[in-house]
Amino acid sequence: MADSNAPKPSSSVKLVLLGEAAVGKSSLVLRFVNNDFQENKEPTIGAAFLTQKCNLPSRTIKFEIWDTAGQERFASLAPMYYRNAQAALVVYDLTKPTSLVKARHWVAELQRQASPGIVIALVGNKLDLTNDGEPGRGDGDGEGVEGEDSGDARKVSTEEAKSYAEEESLLFFETSAKTGYNVADVFTAIANAIPETSLKSTRGPGASNAVSRGGEEQRVNLNGPRETAKEGCAC
Amino acid sequence: MKSARPPLPPRPSLQATPKDRASLQSKPTTALSSMTIQTLSFPDGSRGTFSTTVENSTTNDGTSPTDGHDVSAMGFHPIGSARKQDTDESMSVMSMAPTLRPPGDLESLLVGDMAKRSPAWMLLRSQSASVQPFEVIRADQPSTFAGFEREFDDIPDESDKDWNDGDRLQVWKSKLKHYMILSSAGKPIYSRHGDLGLINSSMGVVQTIISFYEGAKSPLLGFTAGDARFVVATEGPLYFVAISRLGESDSQLRAQLNALYMQILSTLTLPVLTNIFANRPSTDLRRPLQGTETLLSSLADSFTRGSPSVLLGALECLRLRKSHRHSINNAFLKARAEPLLYGLIVAGGKLVSVIRPRRHSLHPSDLQLIFNMLFESGGIKAAGGENWIPLCLPAFNNRGYLYMYVSFLDGGPDDSASTTDTADTTDGDEAVAIILISPDKESFFALQKMRDDVVTELKKKGHLDLIKATAVKGRPSVTEIASSTHISHFLFKSRANVQFCMPSLQPTFNSLISRRRLMSLYSHLHAAMHARHSHLKVLHCVSDEATSLAWITPIFEFYCVAGPNTSRAVMTQGANKIMQWAKREEERLFIIGGGVF
Ligand SMILES: Nc1nc2c(ncn2[C@@H]2O[C@H](COP(=O)(O)OP(=O)(O)O)[C@@H](O)[C@H]2O)c(=O)[nH]1
Ligand SMILES: [Mg+2]
Repeated sequence: MADSNAPKPSSSVKLVLLGEAAVGKSSLVLRFVNNDFQENKEPTIGAAFLTQKCNLPSRTIKFEIWDTAGQERFASLAPMYYRNAQAALVVYDLTKPTSLVKARHWVAELQRQASPGIVIALVGNKLDLTNDGEPGRGDGDGEGVEGEDSGDARKVSTEEAKSYAEEESLLFFETSAKTGYNVADVFTAIANAIPETSLKSTRGPGASNAVSRGGEEQRVNLNGPRETAKEGCAC
Repeated sequence: MKSARPPLPPRPSLQATPKDRASLQSKPTTALSSMTIQTLSFPDGSRGTFSTTVENSTTNDGTSPTDGHDVSAMGFHPIGSARKQDTDESMSVMSMAPTLRPPGDLESLLVGDMAKRSPAWMLLRSQSASVQPFEVIRADQPSTFAGFEREFDDIPDESDKDWNDGDRLQVWKSKLKHYMILSSAGKPIYSRHGDLGLINSSMGVVQTIISFYEGAKSPLLGFTAGDARFVVATEGPLYFVAISRLGESDSQLRAQLNALYMQILSTLTLPVLTNIFANRPSTDLRRPLQGTETLLSSLADSFTRGSPSVLLGALECLRLRKSHRHSINNAFLKARAEPLLYGLIVAGGKLVSVIRPRRHSLHPSDLQLIFNMLFESGGIKAAGGENWIPLCLPAFNNRGYLYMYVSFLDGGPDDSASTTDTADTTDGDEAVAIILISPDKESFFALQKMRDDVVTELKKKGHLDLIKATAVKGRPSVTEIASSTHISHFLFKSRANVQFCMPSLQPTFNSLISRRRLMSLYSHLHAAMHARHSHLKVLHCVSDEATSLAWITPIFEFYCVAGPNTSRAVMTQGANKIMQWAKREEERLFIIGGGVF
């Protein structure tokens, strides 16, 4: 790979998270940005703005993330956050069917009102509360099994959500912000799905800054253990 | 307030005869008139008005309320310890026991209580003035604060199989303080303790009682049941109820309820709240308020823990050199973005800098809501990014939203530092935040750029490090402020600036309970000074737990506390020292005007 010394082009992607309150939007962001999880997270007030880089083989993507509060009274402010967004993460809680209904509303609103090329990912969160907690991670340290002896809390089947996502041409993932399962994958998939044409390369003083920082992260990735690739968004 | 009402016990006097006492007893009411007290004008530092010599002279000539130097006119208000019946008892004991009093400590002793005190108490009492407030707690009085450690523990919820409803209700009843909010149609909206399922019937009873009086056209303001005081406030379509066994006054509880109402307005605005209920009186307000329960609870808990800021209706500033504050203000002003209405820099819950338009100033009750949101409830800090929050500042304008940009400047060792002290959160939490408020909901990125500019400028001059270091250092101790006083703690409020300062709560008032005791004492003093018909300017209180002094002028309010053995002379001397310090440091302690554009 030649990219270890040649700085990759860098572009920013505006992303918005939408979904009912308490489905885990902030937790997904916290996992993605800080690789952290809080058991009893206090509800978001208003909206939070965060940034995080994601290294693709060909370029560095800097996500500019709006994590909105899901409460109804903020609904009228939502257009402000998705208006210029290139990507949206619409989240539901797969132990709570009404949250998928709400997610469908958001998808419909985005398709009506957001910019036409917007990439939408449907995300069913709290997979750790279901029996198929972490399908990809069978190498068990036992940790995943422990909390789930009370049985399966899943209320939304994978098939139902997946077929809906296919109908509407959405990306689809089931995640756990708690264990980190699939979280980085969502963001990577979004980064890959953004059409090349809608990526404005950042230029000017901010751009050089971003590029050099991207380079730094890469060095860390090269030296770091393999697992970091799973957690962060170092692809 | 119960304890301020009983007739003032006489000043202990060596020559006290029954006749003297009788005449003394009738005097304090007139003696406490503002005229008498004002002649005692405290020049900064020129103590002596309270000095022992004066006291000695008055002991001999009986007392004349018109005598400007008569210190007995200061009143001798025992708090807590002297109930009405104690007063009478103390009279008889006193005439028998005058020689027991140590010389030079005449004024501070409530000799009459002596017969009832335990040997242990006497022992402690006989040791010097080093006894701290509340170190001595009378064993024969069940403490109001028993169980206060568990006040903030959660009540187990329904899913907890080990608990039945009866037991959960028992835990609920054991709480010393409750706040409830319900709609006038009887729909529960909020309760600090217990899920609404558990306490639904209690809420129903409350609603029935309130609406009964409402129907009778004489609204219910408050009542007492057992040792609990109920205070009711009606705000439009909402009922607010406070239930307290902590001895707060009605007006203090009412102010707390009003703050909860302000928090609701801050979420909804007045027109929205009014419309909701005008259209559907049976609306469940929990939905529109969803996500703000934690704000109501953190506000409620700060009242229950006892908050000087709330009690005084004032804010605390970070103490900085005048020149430093000036150049921080200038850097802040220089970076000002067009849409900015108010800009604040806050460190560890203390104000560092304010910039504002010439015609507007910020109302303390609005700032209290902002500080509660940022520093008392975890929602914003935990989000870990920048925040953009629509909110209504009801004292500024209860009809519309403003938009608040919040950025915590990282670098502070947030979590590790706060483990050193658990009770005194404001002393330990030194996070620095920049708060930029605009009427324009689209101005996030303009304000974000302003923040970057401010931070760059502050870093360049080393101000950011200075702010952080000062915040980490925390409040000074009383000894650093005024060496060799016996005063353990004080509150000083500058009335003109609507700001206050206080020394560190460490180490004496570090625990949840000792801090609550201190705050209860302050709130008793405050209530006595602010009682509707009170013209008190100075109040000196003695109990077997603590000695305290309150002193109000048009310029300031001052409250201080010392151990039970502290004489009035020593107390006054200490107060004067602190006053000199406050005067000298005024421009460091307080933001005077702030940056204006
Ligand atoms: N078990 C589990 N809990 C989660 C997960 N994600 C979030 N939570 C919890 O769900 C609650 C709401 O999460 P939050 O991120 O605040 O939701 P938001 O309102 O959508 O931002 C919090 O108590 C989280 O700890 C998850 O993946 N698994
Ligand atoms: Mg959230």
